[in-house]
Amino acid sequence: MKKKVIVIGNGMVGYKFCEKLVAKAAEQFDITVFGEEPRPAYDRVHLSEYFEKQAEENLILAPQEWYEENGIELCTGELVTAISTRKKTISTHKGNQASYDYLVLATGSSPFVPPIPGVHKNGVFVYRTIEDLDAIIAYGEKMKKGGSFKASVLGGGLLGLEAAKALLDLDMEPSVIEFAPRLMPRQLDEAGAKMLQTTIEGLGIEVLTSKSTTDITGDGRIEEMHFADGESHSTSMLVISAGIRPRDELAREAKIEIGPRGGVQVNDKMQTSAPAVYAIGEVALYQEKIYGLVAPGYDMADICVAQLLQEDKAMEGEIDMSTKLKLIGVDVASFGDAMGELQESRAIVYEDKNKGLYKRINVSLDGQKLLGGILIGDAADYNMLLQMTQLEMPLPPHPEDLILGPRNGEGAAMGGVMDLPDQALICACESVTKGDLIEAIGEKGCETIKGLCKETKASTGCGGCKPMVNDLLRETLKSMGKSVKAHICEHFPYSRRELFDLISIKGIESYDQALDELGHGDGCEQCKPALASIFASLYNETAVKQETIQDTNDRFLANIQRNGTYSIVPRVPGGEITPEKLIAMGKVAQKYDLYTKITGGQRIDMFGAKLNDLPQIWEELIAAGFESGHAYGKALRTVKSCVGSTWCRFGMDESVSFAVELENRYKGIRAPHKLKGGVSGCIRECAEARCKDFGVIATEEGWNLYVCGNGGAKPKHALLLAENIDNATCIKYIDRFLMFYIKTAAPLTRTAAWLEQLEGGIDYLKQVVIQDSLGIAEELEEQMGALVNTYQCEWKQVVDNPELKQRFRHFINSEDSDDNLTFVPLRDQKMPKPW
Amino acid sequence: MEALLAQYTSVNLASVRYWYEVAPVHQFPKNGGVCVKYKGMQIAVFYFERKGQWYACQNLCPHKLEMVLSRGLLGDENGVPKVACALHKKTFSLETGENLNGDLPSIATYPVKVQDGKVYIGFKE
Ligand code: SRM
Ligand SMILES: Cc1cc2nc3c(=O)[nH]c(=O)nc-3n(C[C@H](O)[C@H](O)[C@H](O)COP(=O)(O)OP(=O)(O)OC[C@H]3O[C@@H](n4cnc5c(N)ncnc54)[C@H](O)[C@@H]3O)c2cc1C
Ligand code: SF4
Ligand code: FES
Repeated sequence: MKKKVIVIGNGMVGYKFCEKLVAKAAEQFDITVFGEEPRPAYDRVHLSEYFEKQAEENLILAPQEWYEENGIELCTGELVTAISTRKKTISTHKGNQASYDYLVLATGSSPFVPPIPGVHKNGVFVYRTIEDLDAIIAYGEKMKKGGSFKASVLGGGLLGLEAAKALLDLDMEPSVIEFAPRLMPRQLDEAGAKMLQTTIEGLGIEVLTSKSTTDITGDGRIEEMHFADGESHSTSMLVISAGIRPRDELAREAKIEIGPRGGVQVNDKMQTSAPAVYAIGEVALYQEKIYGLVAPGYDMADICVAQLLQEDKAMEGEIDMSTKLKLIGVDVASFGDAMGELQESRAIVYEDKNKGLYKRINVSLDGQKLLGGILIGDAADYNMLLQMTQLEMPLPPHPEDLILGPRNGEGAAMGGVMDLPDQALICACESVTKGDLIEAIGEKGCETIKGLCKETKASTGCGGCKPMVNDLLRETLKSMGKSVKAHICEHFPYSRRELFDLISIKGIESYDQALDELGHGDGCEQCKPALASIFASLYNETAVKQETIQDTNDRFLANIQRNGTYSIVPRVPGGEITPEKLIAMGKVAQKYDLYTKITGGQRIDMFGAKLNDLPQIWEELIAAGFESGHAYGKALRTVKSCVGSTWCRFGMDESVSFAVELENRYKGIRAPHKLKGGVSGCIRECAEARCKDFGVIATEEGWNLYVCGNGGAKPKHALLLAENIDNATCIKYIDRFLMFYIKTAAPLTRTAAWLEQLEGGIDYLKQVVIQDSLGIAEELEEQMGALVNTYQCEWKQVVDNPELKQRFRHFINSEDSDDNLTFVPLRDQKMPKPW
Repeated sequence: MEALLAQYTSVNLASVRYWYEVAPVHQFPKNGGVCVKYKGMQIAVFYFERKGQWYACQNLCPHKLEMVLSRGLLGDENGVPKVACALHKKTFSLETGENLNGDLPSIATYPVKVQDGKVYIGFKE
């Protein structure tokens, strides 16, 4: 007979319990899950991502079907209201009853709302569920429309800061109000908290510390907060993040033992005081503590499963509460005995106010062990330091190297992931050790990061361990004598660089021929665009020639938008445009009802064009003297300019003229990733040239040339390649640099990332480009020259050819447009109906 | 939204009642897709020219419910023919309609036949 298991609470831990139980012994149990929330369990840890994109499906841990497929009965939107431990039954608010052999309490916790007068006014929120976020977003929008932007967060802990950043992203002006004299009082020391505060304030978040709120006032809704020190603070909304309270109400009613300050008492087997009743996750009080993190909750789920299967397993004695803040733009981590309070230790501290860095490590008195620490401003070494602490690994001779890095040219102080012992816990969320990963790579043959994560579940939680898993995979494969699979995909056993050379040497001219001679199968969305880029670089063929191997943007020579329409960005070299051309563009936009916007690249984007209108629109633009802007291609985008010496009183040279020249020179050239340039007339750098793949800045004696910068997700300033050079030399070096990059970079790698992987870095690049150490400079210049001389506007090719125009019909059997398109008005223009 | 999805249900060869004639083979791009309008529906048709194989499925991507699949890239994953959506590269098996790189609902697939140089899609009505 199958045993009946009832799980109360379908949160992160409740779900993890189900996942682990069915993976081990689905056939032995009948599982029923009751969840109060209206949807299956979702990833609360990444709840803030919901602010960016209100798509709950991205957060759901497993869809309803998963429960069905695994024989689990999931009752969402159903609150369990009573437990009878004597009859072994539960009942719900819908009046349903069910009996159990085993009962698992995974009811989590609820936000603690301090009893401040006025706390129930409109505009006061908590931050725990998708519904909370929906309410915050809706209220914030309403306030903004009314012209009030001030929003506050009560509590300056991990979650409070996350909430403040979310409010900032909602375009509100957030303040964080903290009771303690400093931010994150439980994780950071004073100096660290101060550094964090400076960084946070730099983002535009106000921080008020030592504030004890006594009263919330306002007419029906919150308007002002009053503090014990007599000060007050006006705000239009408040998000409370002042800690959590375990949801132990059910257990309490059922006379299951509760801790003095709440939480269901459990032992190291997750057993409560009632027979066959277990508690896991944030509701469980283990060793007199509640653990507000997923990793310990997942461990508890594991122990509980073991109990049901009569396996002998117990919870660890010490629970690690190390944390890393996952705010974008702020690196903060604390690990182990962060403040050196638990045992005597010596602290080593490094502080750089200029760069916003604060690093502290606590070393045991005998200098043998790392006990804990704090990292602010740069938490890249968090994972390694955490491992060293947990595994009590020997310290390097100069422990300060751990935070300062080696300073006399020696190797890394910390060693890499390969120096860790096998039991090192790499993924804390899913309890995956280094040994587990190595086994999956060696014995189960996981040779890709995707496969490895799928097999072991590593990196599927908070994702913080991804860089380590990556390193581990690469190094392990290397040690097995398999080079890292730089293969572009399953169809071609080569890297992009190898393919570039092979295609060139063998004179392969089409994708099909490449598949026949070098690959197998039908190809895929990875190798097709990669090879298209190689053909373009070798033969300067436009995307028109082999259209079905192009990514959709290149295939239709326009950027696809979220509703399947396209945007059109004509080239405006250097951002310089005549009034006549502006008028012409305006007329086209008007005629085809396009939304227009000035882009971040100094030109104009027209959105919402229907696929079947593209050729006609371009016919009109070309007639007005425009060309394709290649905004859709992995190609040169813009060369941004500042106005330079032509008008500017500080200008050292004609930056616009040079930008126009450079943009026209490199337009249309395809590369492994997009390319951007910039030219500034002086060191004030108004063109942001150092955020570009190549940037030129005028000096009194010529141009300084910088390369390998970008904005975007991982901003990187470009590095100086050559100083005080004239226009011709500058072009010569850019030619060589770009061509070298085009030939050797991996697919979808921008110049900065390419340089990072280039052994020898910028010094090596200087040798190749300036000193011609490889003896290829002339060849690179010739290849670039050939590309420059054979440029064609691909839209002109289409417009001149009736057969090519046919490709842009939405239907093969009708001239109609897509009938699924709906637009809504937006500030005198239009936008696609929101998803 | 649901109604949009509900229009598309897979048809297998045995249940075809009506073969809709789309266009002659030469009008189809090689190793790419096109979209066909049929009774208010949008059907994507893909031609794997190298193997002479044809597939059809709904043009509607279940991810964001846009009519874009016909504009995606074709290929195979371990021999299973697939299309990668033009918007976010979710991939779908063209044999079963299953989402290969995620847990999206499957897409509806339709039989295709070529007769006397013309391409037909099979429907139930
Ligand atoms: C339109 C525009 C935003 C705007 O309204 O201003 C824009 C829009 C898009 N950007 Fe951008 N970016 C635009 C300027 C920028 C800038 C600013 C700049 O160029 O000075 C940056 C940062 C600078 C940089 O690239 O280093 C920028 C960094 C990105 C990135 C991140 C690149 C990176 O290396 O991290 C992506 C993603 C990618 O390319 O993989 C991206 C991708 C995109 C895509 C292509 C996303 C997509 O695939 O749909 C957007 C296409 C919009 C469209 O359909 O036209 N966009 N994007 C800007 C077009 C400029 C132009 O005239 O061509
Ligand atoms: C914004 C935010 C960011 C976070 N960031 C991190 C992070 O970076 N790292 C980290 O480790 N942790 C983080 N956490 C904490 C983490 O989300 C929790 O530790 C985790 O969700 C706890 O899981 P749980 O299953 O115990 O509780 P929950 O996920 O809260 O699930 C409990 C569920 O039980 C339901 N329930 C309660 N009572 C009943 C009842 N009587 N009947 C039916 N259903 C009931 C509740 O509605 C809820 O759905 C964060 C939390 C938030 C809110
Ligand atoms: S335009 Fe650029 S920054 Fe803006 S949403 Fe699109 S990709 Fe992101
Ligand atoms: S709409 Fe198809 S993958 Fe997103």
